Amino acid sequence: MTRRALVTTLLVVVVVALFAIPLLVDGGVSEYGGTDAAVTEELEADGYTPWFDSVFAPAGEVESGLFALQAALGAGVLGYVLGRLRGRRGATAPDAVAETDRR
Amino acid sequence: MHIAEGFLPAGHALGWTLAAAPFVAHGARAVVKEVRENPEATLLLGAAGAFTFVLSAIKLPSVTGSSSHPTGTGPGAILFRPPVMALLGTVVLLFQALLLAHGGLTTLGANAFAFAVVGPWAGYGAYRLTRAAGAGLLPAVFTGVALADLATYVTTSLQLALAFPDASTGLAGALAKFLGVFAVTQIPLAIGEGLLGVLLFRVLTVNARPELERLGVLQPAAVPATTGGAA
Repeated sequence: MTRRALVTTLLVVVVVALFAIPLLVDGGVSEYGGTDAAVTEELEADGYTPWFDSVFAPAGEVESGLFALQAALGAGVLGYVLGRLRGRRGATAPDAVAETDRR
Repeated sequence: MHIAEGFLPAGHALGWTLAAAPFVAHGARAVVKEVRENPEATLLLGAAGAFTFVLSAIKLPSVTGSSSHPTGTGPGAILFRPPVMALLGTVVLLFQALLLAHGGLTTLGANAFAFAVVGPWAGYGAYRLTRAAGAGLLPAVFTGVALADLATYVTTSLQLALAFPDASTGLAGALAKFLGVFAVTQIPLAIGEGLLGVLLFRVLTVNARPELERLGVLQPAAVPATTGGAA
């Protein structure tokens, strides 16, 4: 494995571990409620009533689908751009690609 | 960091909207200018927008037993300067307010100020300071991206504390309370986001070197080689 690939792999492992380890250590005790919702619940408990409602509020499963759609759009565009940039480099200087990847 | 629809008193909602509006308008002009003068930058601009789109959609668990989401505004601020992110970030917030009932129209100004103005500026400032101190590109990217995330949540806490000061401890007590909810949960997320930013820039330094040189992120070098620092 090249040094570059090793560093990339390590970075990915650290990012995954950063979120996986708290979950494993917790062992299903916490509910992992959103911080945004925690604040609104607290304010409502203190007697605050929101004065305006969302114009459109999707129900549970639809909401998670729309969140997935947002992530998919972002990941799709990001992947397209990075793919095009890499392809461009390969098209202009095929040797350069092979050289950097080997390093 | 999304203050929910209707959860800011009308005066605060209006005030934050007026505060954020000039930044967003200036950001819109900055985006148009960037695309017109540097059409080849459009691809990277798309990547910057896509990065914040995907990251702000993902709720991640934290050590505190709650979950929150990263912001993804740092890389765009570093590449294109913060004004561009004022527009792109607000587009993300508008998408979430209209389709996901996450955030809201009355709180769009306050949320945009935290997410699309303060976050990108804090991240960009931290990036520039780190580089000025002699650090390489990647350590500076990590610092900038992580701080853009954290600063957004600190701003949200401050906005809530201003609107809802504690009856006995006042503004400071309320700020401590909201920071307790947001900031602590956010620390591991900000670190993770900083590392993702490093991963992104590692790819860009190899594949988008001409753009990074033109944007002033990298110095033109005779040898297209390593970028130093954490690499």
